[in-house]
Formats: sequence, structure tokens, C-alpha cells
Amino acid sequence: MSDKGIGARILRKEDHRHLHGRANFTADIAMPNMLNLAFVRSGIAHGRLVRVTKPADAADRVFAFDDLVGVKTLRAVSKLPTYKLADYPCLATGKVKFVGEPIAACLADSRAEAEDLAARVAVEIDPLPPVMDMVASRAPGTAIVHEDWSDNIALTIQIPSDIDEVVRTAPVKVSGEYKMSRHAMVPMEGRAVLAYWDDRQDQLVVYSATQVPHLNRAGISDILDIEQRQVRVIAPDVGGGFGLKALVFPEEIVACWLALRTRRPVRWIEDRVEHLIADANCREHHYRISAYADRTGKILALEGEVTVDAGAYSVYPFTNGLEAAMAIGNLPGPYHVPAYRGKAYTVTTNKPPLAPYRGVARPGVAFAIEQTIDAIARAVGRDPFDVRLENLVPAAAMPYTSVAKKTFDSGDYPEALRRVARMLDLPGLRERQKRREPDGRLIGVGFGCYTEQTAHGTSVFASWGIQLVPGFEQATVRLTPDGGLEVRVGVQSHGQGMETTIAQVASTTLGIDPARVNVVHGDTGLTPFSTGTYASRSIVMAGGATSRACKVLATRLVRIGAHLMQCEAKDVQVKDGKVVGPRASVEFSEIGRVWYMRPDELPPDVDMGGLECTVGYRPDPDYGTFAYASHGAVVAVDPDTGVVEVLDYVICEDCGTMVNPMVVEGQAFGGAVQGIGTALYEESPYDDQGQPLHSTFADYTLPGATEAPMIRIDHMISPSPHTEYGIKGTGEGGNIPTSGLLANAVNDALRSLGAEVHETPITPRRVLEAIARARKAAA
Amino acid sequence: MKPAKFDYERATDVAHAIGLLKGSGGFTKILAGGQSLGPMMNLRLAQPDLLVDIGRIEALKRIEKTHDSLFIGALVRHAMIEDGKAPDTTRGYLRSIAGNIAYRAVRNRGTVGGSVVHADPSGDWPTAMLAAGASARITSANGARSVGLDAFFTGAYSTVVGEDEVLEGLSVPAFSDHARWGYYKICRKPGEFADSIGAVVIDPARSYARVVLGATDGAPILLPALASRVAAGQAVSIADAGAAIDAVHSGFDPFDRQIHATALSRAITKALAA
Ligand SMILES: Cc1cc2nc3c(=O)[nH]c(=O)nc-3n(C[C@H](O)[C@H](O)[C@H](O)COP(=O)(O)OP(=O)(O)OC[C@H]3O[C@@H](n4cnc5c(N)ncnc54)[C@H](O)[C@@H]3O)c2cc1C
Repeated sequence: MSDKGIGARILRKEDHRHLHGRANFTADIAMPNMLNLAFVRSGIAHGRLVRVTKPADAADRVFAFDDLVGVKTLRAVSKLPTYKLADYPCLATGKVKFVGEPIAACLADSRAEAEDLAARVAVEIDPLPPVMDMVASRAPGTAIVHEDWSDNIALTIQIPSDIDEVVRTAPVKVSGEYKMSRHAMVPMEGRAVLAYWDDRQDQLVVYSATQVPHLNRAGISDILDIEQRQVRVIAPDVGGGFGLKALVFPEEIVACWLALRTRRPVRWIEDRVEHLIADANCREHHYRISAYADRTGKILALEGEVTVDAGAYSVYPFTNGLEAAMAIGNLPGPYHVPAYRGKAYTVTTNKPPLAPYRGVARPGVAFAIEQTIDAIARAVGRDPFDVRLENLVPAAAMPYTSVAKKTFDSGDYPEALRRVARMLDLPGLRERQKRREPDGRLIGVGFGCYTEQTAHGTSVFASWGIQLVPGFEQATVRLTPDGGLEVRVGVQSHGQGMETTIAQVASTTLGIDPARVNVVHGDTGLTPFSTGTYASRSIVMAGGATSRACKVLATRLVRIGAHLMQCEAKDVQVKDGKVVGPRASVEFSEIGRVWYMRPDELPPDVDMGGLECTVGYRPDPDYGTFAYASHGAVVAVDPDTGVVEVLDYVICEDCGTMVNPMVVEGQAFGGAVQGIGTALYEESPYDDQGQPLHSTFADYTLPGATEAPMIRIDHMISPSPHTEYGIKGTGEGGNIPTSGLLANAVNDALRSLGAEVHETPITPRRVLEAIARARKAAA
Repeated sequence: MKPAKFDYERATDVAHAIGLLKGSGGFTKILAGGQSLGPMMNLRLAQPDLLVDIGRIEALKRIEKTHDSLFIGALVRHAMIEDGKAPDTTRGYLRSIAGNIAYRAVRNRGTVGGSVVHADPSGDWPTAMLAAGASARITSANGARSVGLDAFFTGAYSTVVGEDEVLEGLSVPAFSDHARWGYYKICRKPGEFADSIGAVVIDPARSYARVVLGATDGAPILLPALASRVAAGQAVSIADAGAAIDAVHSGFDPFDRQIHATALSRAITKALAA
């Protein structure tokens, strides 16, 4: 063990370059002879693409669908029954299906000139009626997005079960409709790609802001029909991903194809307008929930209908069906739900594709379920805290298999909720609510609990049958001749701090100082295969593989070390970055020196694999380890302006063994603030003609420093029984409960007015409209 | 996005700027702090053929106090007022407004003149300066003229400043020692453009009272009926403010009407409490 290994609060190794502006993002890379790319995009949501006319003097620098010879469409497959293919062409053909869809690609020396060129391309489109409302467009007789389909439903998933008896006899029934609005993912860095052909390597080299370099390579190779050995994807510094960058998108493929065609470096840097209107969106879910309970509020059965607005195309490789599958599978949440019936629709509309975003579907689920719990509490006249507490899966039930067949491995869910209530001083708040606030605002309290399935592996993805099925994760470790360590992993770190946390795992296993460990990631040319960073899997999978590889390396160090100390290997161990024997110890640098430079001093039976090894790892069982948390917040609602302020926000989380508590807290805080964005600010609205009303940050509001409360956090530690060191994932959870609990808090505040809001973001307009509705109903 | 191609000239003085404005055949725009024009050009909403950069004209950075007014050159940056570089003749009014415009990076470059000529309904200076009773000094090849801000704005993003004219600055009447003011801005978050602005200045010594509603769909709106109530020291509830709004503007939806009424009522409450 070292004091900088697992569990240590050390500063991130990546901080220095980021804080000094020395990071290297794709947009920082320029190449001689480089061309810049801009796209002509559809200004019409739904229509027949009649003609694309290139400027006569620049026809060789403008490319439309017909020019893309040999380029396949992006096809996201799934073996879920009823799933329909919604192929995404790299440039529009036949019909345009959303405003922003790329129609033509324009090349010039600079981006500004490429945009000049794009402005001169004439596009003729015959408009068709757009499909904008996911619930309405489920019905027959509406316009259809994909003409070879009979309706707009891309996928239907059912969890059938007989709950009719409970429905008939339950003393308490609550029903509600909950809507989470579509928004954008908004990483600080948008998509970015720079591709060039390297004759020496016989390779297309692609610098890409991706969180899944190896999947990216597979996608590029498949769609452009070139061998995988001929594609190298390098993810340099990447400014956030949140799921957006786990997808392969048409613009990236077009940039690669143009690099092959022109034999010049081609760069496309997505700008903010493109990101907001044309990149994958997230979150748009609609729920109808009925819950049946006894008179104390204990849930007897749950019935849910989820509709996901998946936009026009199915994203590669995750598909448009994953959201609904996750939603319907996670709807019961961390609660003990004895009976459950669910149905989920994925609906196609004339909007940009919807894709999994941090938390994947579960923020929508929690938005619906947490409000349902509060509705039950109101119906039985009890405090939502008590009703919530009594419905949570108790610690004694672990491991617990939920009605939706998820197995929660460890933890004490009620205790996390109790701690959150204590941190907030719930009784004090209830007293405060009875007094009037001096400024006339209304105070409300809300809670949210969730589980986060993390690092779910082969068994789960194979059941979905999509393009990617993660298997054994590999790590390569290599002792350098001077006793440092290189760790090579196929995941990508784009804000998670894995250059530090994976070094901490190595530090625990080998006792080496993390400062002497280089974590190499995000490059298909340098790292073992991995499906990449998503599903809160990397520290469990790549961390686990690193630990296993370090353990193998340790046996080799021991063998050489024992020989150098002239003692038995069994009497020797790796400790504090040294090989320690009964009477002496050998530094790693000495072992490195001997293996690399003085092989004449090696033992005759030395492992010829040397000081480098690649080892695979997968937790067993691999259906995912469940992190969980409770969050609570206090809000003030101004009933005259509708403005909601978050006064206090507390978290009690449990992600098993924490590799670096500061990184865990960073993930929790960042997630919660992102959740505040979903809850209160972020929205990508469209008018009824499918025109986006949110093309810049002037009309798309994000939470910033002034909207982020000082979050207080407490930790519980229930190691996973299934993973290396008991680590669970924690990358996504922070934003899962936020919109649900903030809706609860706002509705708690509005209770005296009889008003309720069940739609995100909870904008001043929605709050005032709810108050006006309540006044009208009362009158 | 990147701007479309344009030419650029740096004006050495006001006469030079006017000459460049007049002399160019195409669409010419003055560039001051660039905090509004820059984004519009990047989005290609504005595609001028020529930019006339007035940023180095020292005469336009002038701040001058007379016995009854303060002249603020068009190129004075929001940050200079925030930092107290202009003498306080308004009992802290201008300084407080300056400090709450956008965030510091924008305030370092954005200018008072640019804000007023840009006439974004959600901008702070148009509403604040109108409430303070400021007048604009506008220069063209034919000489200078002075226009009260009540006759300056002709609509959203539209003023009386002609295409070949330069705004030299604003003259703001000095507040008396007993003047009171209130300013209330409703916005999604600090630094964001306002959804509503209420601005109130009461100065009995000068028999002056103005109540202005900003961040509407057009030019800032004067509410003389409320001004006389406030001058008489009467409080104005949200309902009263709503009724006063209805008398001058019928087009607001219920949400906008509500927040405008709230902004006005709260600005008035602040002014009366000051
Ligand atoms: C992110 C962001 C947030 C913002 N938030 C706010 C806010 O909360 N409140 C607010 O009030 N403002 C806000 N602004 C706008 C900011 O205050 C601008 O500085 C101001 O609107 C324009 O001033 P400028 O000097 O930058 O003008 P420019 O952008 O250079 O010019 C604006 C227009 O005025 C014309 N012009 C400029 N000077 C003259 C002159 N002397 N004579 C004739 N014409 C002239 C230009 O030709 C152009 O049409 C924000 C801006 C940004 C980028």
C-alpha cells in the first residue's frame, strides 16, 4: 500500500496542463496544407430534398450525398424485438428529417471561407408536415418520418405482469404525467475531428474528440470500408463527453472520407450553433405513472408508460432504443416494488437524434418516480421523507433482485436518505415553512434516491444485441528502465481524472508513487482494445484490469528481485515501490536496469515476457455493480417572478471503495449541477414547424457558478463484492436524482398555492403558469 | 460560425470616422467594444462590408462633469463606470447598473455608446439612461445635435442615429442630494440578458420622476402615470403596475405582463425605501 494509492485525496495529475492552458485539444492541432470543413445544413425539418446546386467555380470543393461513393450509411443495429432500423445517411438523401441535418460538405483553407462557400450552395427542399410531438405522433394517421415504416414507433418494449388484482383492491392510487424536455449535452468542447492519410503507416490517422477511440475506429473502418489496421484514432485532450462523444456521427465520417479523397488533412470543429441544433440531443421523455399503495404509503404495484422522443435517426452504435430500455428497466428505482407493469415506446420525430447522456434515461425515470413517491405521500397525508424511507430497499435485503430483474449488490439505501435529512435539518425546515419568509418567497424541500448500475458488461449488452458488447477489459503495464510505470488502457479520460485514479490503483498494487506512473489512454495505436468510456465503467473495468496486470508484473519483479538479493521468491514481496526481501530490498529502477540493460544479470528462469504484460479483467458476475445515493435540496420559489433558487443541496453517496474521494466528489458535484441544468434551465424547444428556438447560448441557458449551490457531501462505503478492490462506478450518478428532487422541492414550496409543476426545465414561466392554473381552478 | 468577409479601417478621430461612413459604397458599421456586433457578425446576422473601428478615438473616451450634468463619452466602458472612474453624480445609480451588466469580460470591452445605439430591448443602458433623463450627442458631417433619450429609441434595435452619424456620448443630469432611485432586473441568472427591467428615478428637488419598463419587445417604455404616483410617494403594488402596463401596452402575454409588473413594482419599492 502507499499513502497515495486507493482512497487518497491527491490532486489530479491532469490539473497542471488544464489550469495553465497547456492542454492539447483537437482544435489546437493544425497541420500544413490542412483544409477546413463546413456543412450546408437543412433549414427545413421535414421535406423532400429536390436539388443541391454547387457554385460552378467551386464544384470540386462541395460534396453532396451522390459524391460519397463507397460511404455506407450509419446503421445502428439492435436485436430487441420490434426495433426498426433508422439509418443515418452521412449526407442527406431523399428526405431531410430535421433542421440542421447535413446536406453538403464544403472545403476551404479556413473555416470562414468554408462557410462562405456553404452560403453559396443552393438547396431546394419541398416541405412536408413535420412530426414534432412524440405522444401525438404515436397515433395512426400522422405524418411519418421514415416512409418505409407504417408508423413512427421505432421500438416497443413491454414488461408484462398481472397487477390487475392490486389495481382493483389497493386503497390508494395516484397517477401522474411527467415530462422531461429535450436538451443538448453541451460539453465545453464540441465534436472535433482532424483526419489525414499517413502514407508511411498506410493509415488514416484521425484525431478525434471521442470517448470511445476503439469503437470510433471500428465505425470509421466499417462505414468507409477500409481495414481496421488502416485506421488509427487518437483522442487528445477531450473537453467532456457525457455520452455525446461515444457516438460516431456523419460529420466525422465525412471528414475522414474527405481526407482519403483529397489526401490532405481535413479538420471539422463543431461550433456551438451546430452543437445546439444539429448534434445529438438528450432527455426527452414522457411518463404516465400510476402507483398503488396501502394507507401508509407502502407501494403495492407500479404501472408505467414511457415515451422517448428519439428524433429522426438511430445513433451509432448505441441505437435510439437504449433510452427506453434503460427507462423501463430502471423505473422501480431503489424502491421495493412488489409488482410492476411497464411499456415503453421509442418514437421518431423530425428533430435531431436523441442519445444517451450522463445518467442515461435514469434522470427521466427519477423525475417520474420521485414525484410519484411525493404524490403517494400527499395522498396518504404523510411526510414524503417517511414514505420514501419506508419504501427503499432495506440493507438487510441485500443482495436484492428487483421486480425489473436488476440485482443490487450492496449498500444501505435508507441510511443514505436519513443522513441527507439530517444534513438538511428536516424538522427545522418544516418549522421554518410554517413561518413566512421575510422576502415573501416560499420554501420547499425535496428528496431523491437512486441506484446507478455501473460497469454493466457482456451479459447486459448482449441481451440488447447492439453493435458493441463489452467483454474483458485489458490493461498493459510496463516498467520503464528507470523504474517508472506506464499503464496503457483503451478507455478515454475526458474530465474523469483517470490519469490520476488509474495511477492510484497501480500505486496500491505496486506501492509505486502515482507521480511515477504514466497512464496512456485514448489512442488505438498505443492501447489495448476497449469499447471505451461510458456506463460509468472505466474505473471498475480499466482500473480492475490495471490492478490485475500490476499483480502479474509484481510476480515478475519478485522473481528478478529475489535473484538479485540471492533469496527465495517466496520470501520476497513488492512493497512501497520496492522488492523487499528478508535482509535487503531492490528498487524497481534496479530491476528495470537489469532487465533492459544488463540481461546478463537475470536469473536463468526469468519470465521472457519481461517487465511488460497485458492482462484482461471482467467482474464476475458482470451485470453491473450498483452505486447509489440520496440527494436533498431546499429551494426558494418567488411566487411573483417564478424564479427558483436552490438554497441548499446535500448528497450522501456510496460508490463502494473510493479510489480518490476528491474525484468522487467532483463527479457528484458536477453531476448535480448538470442535473440542476436539466431541472431548471436547459431546453431545446422547437416551434410547430420544427424550427429550433435555441441556436446560441443567448437562448439556451446553462447553470453556471452563480447557479451552483455549495453542495455538501457525505460518503458511505459499501464495497462491491464482485469487483477488484470493491470499486463501483460513479461517473454518472450525480445528475440522476436532481430534477426529480428539485421538482419535489418546488412543488413542496408551491403547496400552499395548490400549484404543481411536472415538466422540466422548471422555468419561471412554467412556475407562474402553474400558479395561474391553480388560481383558476380554485376560483 | 465565423464572420463573412469584411474590410476594416481604424478611425483616428470623429471626423475621420464620419468620412469613412459617408465614403463607403456598401454597408458600413461602426465597431466600438464589439460585444454585440462581434457575436452578430460571427453568426452572420450582420455582414457589413466595412468596419470602422472607433476604439482608438480618445475624444470619445471623455468623462466630464459640469455643474448640473455628467457627460459620458460613447467609448467609456461599462467597467470604467463600475470601477468608479466617473465621478458619482447619480448617487451610485450608474455605478450600480454598470456592475450588473453581463460579466466582467464583457464589461471590460462593452461601451455605453455601443449599448445605447445597439438598443437591444434587454440591454441595461437604454432603460437606465432613459430613466435618468439622459440625452444623446450625435455628430454627422452636418454638425452635432442633441436628442433626449425619450426621442432616441424608435423600436427594438433601432434609434435615430443615422448610418453616417456617430454617437459622441450621453449627458446625464446630476441627481440632487435627495434623489432616489430603484432598479430591478429579472433574469435567468446573473450576467444573462434581462427578461424584465424596472427603472425608477425620483428627484423632487428637480421636480423629476421617471418610471421606465425595459426588456420588452420594443423600445423602453415610459410610464408617466406611475411616475406621478411615485413622485407623490405612493407605493405601487404588482396589480397596480400591471394595470399601468395595460394602459400603455396590450400585447404582453400573461407571463411577460406578470414579470414586467413585478419588476416595476419592486423597482418602485426600492426607490421609495431608499
Ligand atoms: C455574453 C454577453 C452578455 C451580455 N449581457 C448584457 C447585459 O446583461 N446587459 C447589457 O446591457 N448588455 C449586455 N451585453 C451587451 C454589452 O453590454 C455590449 O457591450 C453592448 O450592448 C454594445 O456595446 P459595444 O461597445 O460592445 O458595441 P458594438 O458591439 O461594438 O456595437 C454595437 C452597435 O452599436 C453601433 N455603435 C457602437 N458605438 C457607436 C457609436 N459611438 N456611434 C454610433 N454607432 C455605434 C455599432 O455599429 C453596432 O451596430 C452582453 C454582451 C455579451 C457578449
